[in-house]
Amino acid sequence: MLSRLCASVAALALSVGASSAADLTIGFVTSLSGPGASIGIPYEKGILAAHAFAAKVGDVNIKLIRLDDASDPSAASRNARKLVEEEKVDVLMGTSGVPGTTAMATVGAESKTPLISLTPAPAPQHANGQWMISIPQPPPLMVAAVVDRMKKASIKKAAYIGFSDSWGDLVYDGLMKSVQGSSVEVVTNERYARADTSVAGQVLKIVASQPDAVITGGSGTPGALPYIALQQRGFKGGLYGTHALINPDFVRVGGAAVEGVICPTGPVIVAEQLPDSNVTKKVSLAFRDAYQKANNAPTTDAFSAYAFDGWLVMLDAAKRALAKAQPGTAEFREAFKDAMLATKEVVGTHGVYNYKPGNVYGVDDRARVLVKLEQGKWKLIE
Amino acid sequence: MTPEIALLLAQDGITTGAIYVLVALGLVLIFLVTRVIFVPFGDVVGYSALTLAALQLKQMPGTVWLVLTLAALATAIETVALIRRGELRLLPKALLTYAALPVLCAGLVWLAAGRELPMWLAVALTLLIVMPISPLIYRIAFQPLADASVLVLLIVSVAVHFAASGMALIFFGPEGFRTEPMTSAFFNLGSIGISGQSLLIVASSAVFSLLLFLMFERTYTGKALRATAVNRVGARLVGIKPQTTGAIAFLLASGLAGVSGILIGPVATLYYDSGFLIGLKAFVGAIIGGLVSYPATAIGALLVGLLESYAAFWDSAFKEVLVFGALIPVLIWQSFMSSGSVEEEIEEEEGDA
Repeated sequence: MLSRLCASVAALALSVGASSAADLTIGFVTSLSGPGASIGIPYEKGILAAHAFAAKVGDVNIKLIRLDDASDPSAASRNARKLVEEEKVDVLMGTSGVPGTTAMATVGAESKTPLISLTPAPAPQHANGQWMISIPQPPPLMVAAVVDRMKKASIKKAAYIGFSDSWGDLVYDGLMKSVQGSSVEVVTNERYARADTSVAGQVLKIVASQPDAVITGGSGTPGALPYIALQQRGFKGGLYGTHALINPDFVRVGGAAVEGVICPTGPVIVAEQLPDSNVTKKVSLAFRDAYQKANNAPTTDAFSAYAFDGWLVMLDAAKRALAKAQPGTAEFREAFKDAMLATKEVVGTHGVYNYKPGNVYGVDDRARVLVKLEQGKWKLIE
Repeated sequence: MTPEIALLLAQDGITTGAIYVLVALGLVLIFLVTRVIFVPFGDVVGYSALTLAALQLKQMPGTVWLVLTLAALATAIETVALIRRGELRLLPKALLTYAALPVLCAGLVWLAAGRELPMWLAVALTLLIVMPISPLIYRIAFQPLADASVLVLLIVSVAVHFAASGMALIFFGPEGFRTEPMTSAFFNLGSIGISGQSLLIVASSAVFSLLLFLMFERTYTGKALRATAVNRVGARLVGIKPQTTGAIAFLLASGLAGVSGILIGPVATLYYDSGFLIGLKAFVGAIIGGLVSYPATAIGALLVGLLESYAAFWDSAFKEVLVFGALIPVLIWQSFMSSGSVEEEIEEEEGDA
């Protein structure tokens, strides 16, 4: 009797194992707590919308496992390892911070698990080759659009102030590359920390160098601080920013001081203002519906849309990889990687994605538009 | 650097420094009376600013739930402690202190939230809801180990900080807030202008420091606090309850944190976790005062504000490094000056045991 029971339990376990083995498993990591939570939480909402939008590739179910890394790169790395070793995921996605993503990428390359990065992180050099792609627009692409706009506005001297972290560096480097050989000169490189209470000193230095315009390398609500200080000093020049400022709380905190700021962004932010001929418009509106259904609130940020685009790229690559191998196997992960690195013209909400080996970023000029803040609303300007 | 810029930087530095003064005084007050280095003190400053912001946005401040949670915990701990010691006659008083009063504060804010409130009322409600936080934390986390060593208290304090900032994330969300300025006045003094808000900050800081001084000099409560600070054993011998003085110290400090949060709200964007950095910088000021002297602490905190302001102008990327690096010479100097007091503390601890 006992042996029969054991046998049936074993059979049941086997059948459960067999049916779940056919599932495509996605391991998603984001920062739901810690200092990166204000960006990490939208990613979570975006992935929920994406899972609600499409929970199957063909007739294969997609199983989504979500983990929090508390904005800590070592926790992101631990999560990635756990997902690969215990959950046997086919694809890793995440996380909301560049350092955490870099840590995950190393685990991905080591264990030969493909990673879809949701931050503009660089891919690590690894003996196992390239196992990662990046969804968001790289900062130089976006900053170049701002510099073009500055040239049109015949700005000669631009001042820079940004975070004293890797984001501030990325924007500054992109800015320096874009102004090379142009008439725009960058006169300051001021830095501040996210938690700073005042940037009066930095802004005094900026005003003293008499620039025609200021461009900032901050993000979210802390990004409003330089504009508020500039307004207090009576600065009347042009105000520019990056796509990291596109966030309703930035507008709330900045108030009158951020009126007129010009930023580059993915087209999804102004989807309803785009002409119908724009390729991303239809997907963007579908994303808004899915987000509304999954989260019972309208989308207001750019980050959730990156998670959604990552999902679309994953669906496309998975469809081609499933023709070659079964999920849950090393062959499938290999096939998925090859498919992922051969992505062609996948239309997302932020742009159109094309990947090839040796290229981490997959977007082009179609992934950026310039917007201006007018009376608390982002208006498309070109 | 022109003299005009130097003056503007000084003005900014003094404004920031004045906020650090209040926080640093609270830290020293708590440390002297209870020997706790209260790491979550900065979080309380953040709670205060975020509560005021929520009231102004006509939302329910998360501090209401925080205070209710803390009150429930403290009441449970106190009740169990009383039952164990068989002192049930003290139960009504304990219930009044740890349950009824905090619930009353929370209830008032709960009733008022969601309406258009005049500035003074919003400020009063913010103070009312912030005041119970530190004493309740004291009852829950520190009073049970009042006789532990400074190091153990510090370790607990760090743990409480992580809990406090985690709770702030739950109750306030990840986004930053800024409160409405209390005054839009602006004064032109020659070539530089001074905002009314900066003057208000410096004046409030001075007034509250003075009030604290008067309380220590002129009231029995103040003298009891000082007695506990000088010698805990001696204070107990003359009938001062260290538990009560501890609770009073935390209550007063909580008030100071409330005031500094209200003052800093309009000049800085505050997040659920930004109080920590304010607390840390105030702590640098308190260290300059050797964690014993209130006037030296006030001067130290002002110096930190000034140093921060000038460092931001000279080399903004190294601002934090300069501010926290300033601790090194101060610590070296203090270790030369006060080699005796370490032995004293060891003796005292042996005596306690």
